[in-house]
Amino acid sequence: MEFLKAFICGGLLCVIAQILIDKTALTPARILTAYVCAGVVLGGIGVYKSFVDFAGCGATVPLTGFGYLLARGALEGVRDQGLLGAFTGGLAAASGGICAAMLFSLLAGIIFPGKPENL
Amino acid sequence: MKKSMYAAYVSKKAARSSLFRDCLLAFLIGGGICCLGQFLFTWIYQFSADDRMASGFTSIALIFLSCLFTGIGWYDKLASYAGAGTLVPITGFANAMSSPAIDNTAEGMVMGLGAKIFVICGPVILYGCVFSVILGLIAYLLRIFGIDITGVV
Repeated sequence: MEFLKAFICGGLLCVIAQILIDKTALTPARILTAYVCAGVVLGGIGVYKSFVDFAGCGATVPLTGFGYLLARGALEGVRDQGLLGAFTGGLAAASGGICAAMLFSLLAGIIFPGKPENL
Repeated sequence: MKKSMYAAYVSKKAARSSLFRDCLLAFLIGGGICCLGQFLFTWIYQFSADDRMASGFTSIALIFLSCLFTGIGWYDKLASYAGAGTLVPITGFANAMSSPAIDNTAEGMVMGLGAKIFVICGPVILYGCVFSVILGLIAYLLRIFGIDITGVV
């Protein structure tokens, strides 16, 4: 059941982005940015938490989940550390994904360097 | 006049059917990636029994798989069918970082790979972080006035 919920909820978030790409002039980079910012806002107003509880990875794997992680980090930072936590919390909570992406992307660039004709 | 109306009619019909096809593919492949994430989460949860740890390792595992498949060229082939289905999951974020890394190695490790790696992910990280700091500052100010919103996440 949790697999079905993850499949449908994650799929629907992708469909919304697909409609935005097809119907508006938004480029993929803008979609990614908008999704992360939307995740922060929805996380901050408390909507996304219930969505995560319902959909599991259908809510955490899409980039809105990444935004939710930033929001959660910032709010927990404020709770635990006050003003400093507002600055450190968000990036700290999302750092696992960002650092993993940086490490594996660097390795991918070294192991599979692009062919000169592609440049 | 008649001809142009017909052309508009055709393009409307064509756009609609391809939108449906794009959305179906995005739904199936995007949902499939989330389902794979749920599978990894359930598996990792057996070892850690900690929601946050399992969730973090799930993201890291998906990012690893995305960078690997971007490197061998499969992810971009899948993306040509899936559209937003491969863009919106965290694998799309990793793809947006590893793709420029792979394409720009010829320009050197610092200004080539090092700088271009952030060409798409840079804005995502920038605006995500700025939004989270603004949210944190709002929560901090509200707390001064006695309203605590830090529990909503």
